[in-house]
Amino acid sequence: MKTRNQLMQVIRKYDFALYDLALYLDTHTQCREALQLFRKYRSLRQAAVDEYVRRFGPITHIQSENEKEWDWVKGPYPWEKEAN
Amino acid sequence: MWSYEKKLQYPVNIKNPNPKMAQVILSQLGGPDGELAAALRYLNQRYSMPSNEAKGLLTDIGTEELAHVEMISAIVYQLTRNLSMEEIKKSGFDKYFVDHATALYPASAAGVPFTAAYFQSKGDVFADLAEDMAAEQKARATYENILRLADDPDVIDPIRYLREREIVHFQRFGEAMRLTQDQLSSKNFYACNPSFDKNCKCCRTNSGGVTAMHVK
Repeated sequence: MKTRNQLMQVIRKYDFALYDLALYLDTHTQCREALQLFRKYRSLRQAAVDEYVRRFGPITHIQSENEKEWDWVKGPYPWEKEAN
Repeated sequence: MWSYEKKLQYPVNIKNPNPKMAQVILSQLGGPDGELAAALRYLNQRYSMPSNEAKGLLTDIGTEELAHVEMISAIVYQLTRNLSMEEIKKSGFDKYFVDHATALYPASAAGVPFTAAYFQSKGDVFADLAEDMAAEQKARATYENILRLADDPDVIDPIRYLREREIVHFQRFGEAMRLTQDQLSSKNFYACNPSFDKNCKCCRTNSGGVTAMHVK
């Protein structure tokens, strides 16, 4: 099973692919190939994010599921060494 | 990292352009107590906060301020649509128009460009949170001045929303200040800087004065 930082690195790779595709699509709005790649990476990213949120807590407010406490504020924060 | 959501936090739908009003409201974009200064203040201060609550709160309020930057920009944008040269000259908007036409540029109502000198990031939790509370009050007062100058309900409605957010943020910063004080050691008489002086012990000089503070 992947560690917290390993799983986050997987999400980062998918996020980067999606972001880079988004920039490309901003100037190539009709490109079928890029549109298809975007959908492919989006579903891969979603699976990785679901696992991360279930095991380690939310990446955005909306993903908060804990009924007992607001674990959004838990560390480490992204700029701290332990989170990277 | 951040991701953009293609929506305003609260709707802005202004029927009648008003360049004079636009120039006044522009101050809440690039003025001394504006939303851009607020966003940059909190998003820079958050790194050196000593608690997770304060880091989270500054991240969240700083992010909301970016949404307020967008709302103010939308108000100014809509107030400067379809202007005639006659309206531009008559309203006094010509002094902004000559440099920026009707583009958005972060400046105060008096035309002073935005500067990071409007805020501080001190690396001291109490200095920073006290500044943040003052900043929210100053922004609220600015919104109240805008409401004194405004007579269009389409403008008044989103401005009142933004004013209310200043009050909520002030309340939350006050709570963050109290949480931080509660986490200090009772021996930390002078509320020394818990984000920097991490391991200092309470010790005395020969004359009995305290040279360093103690943090739990």
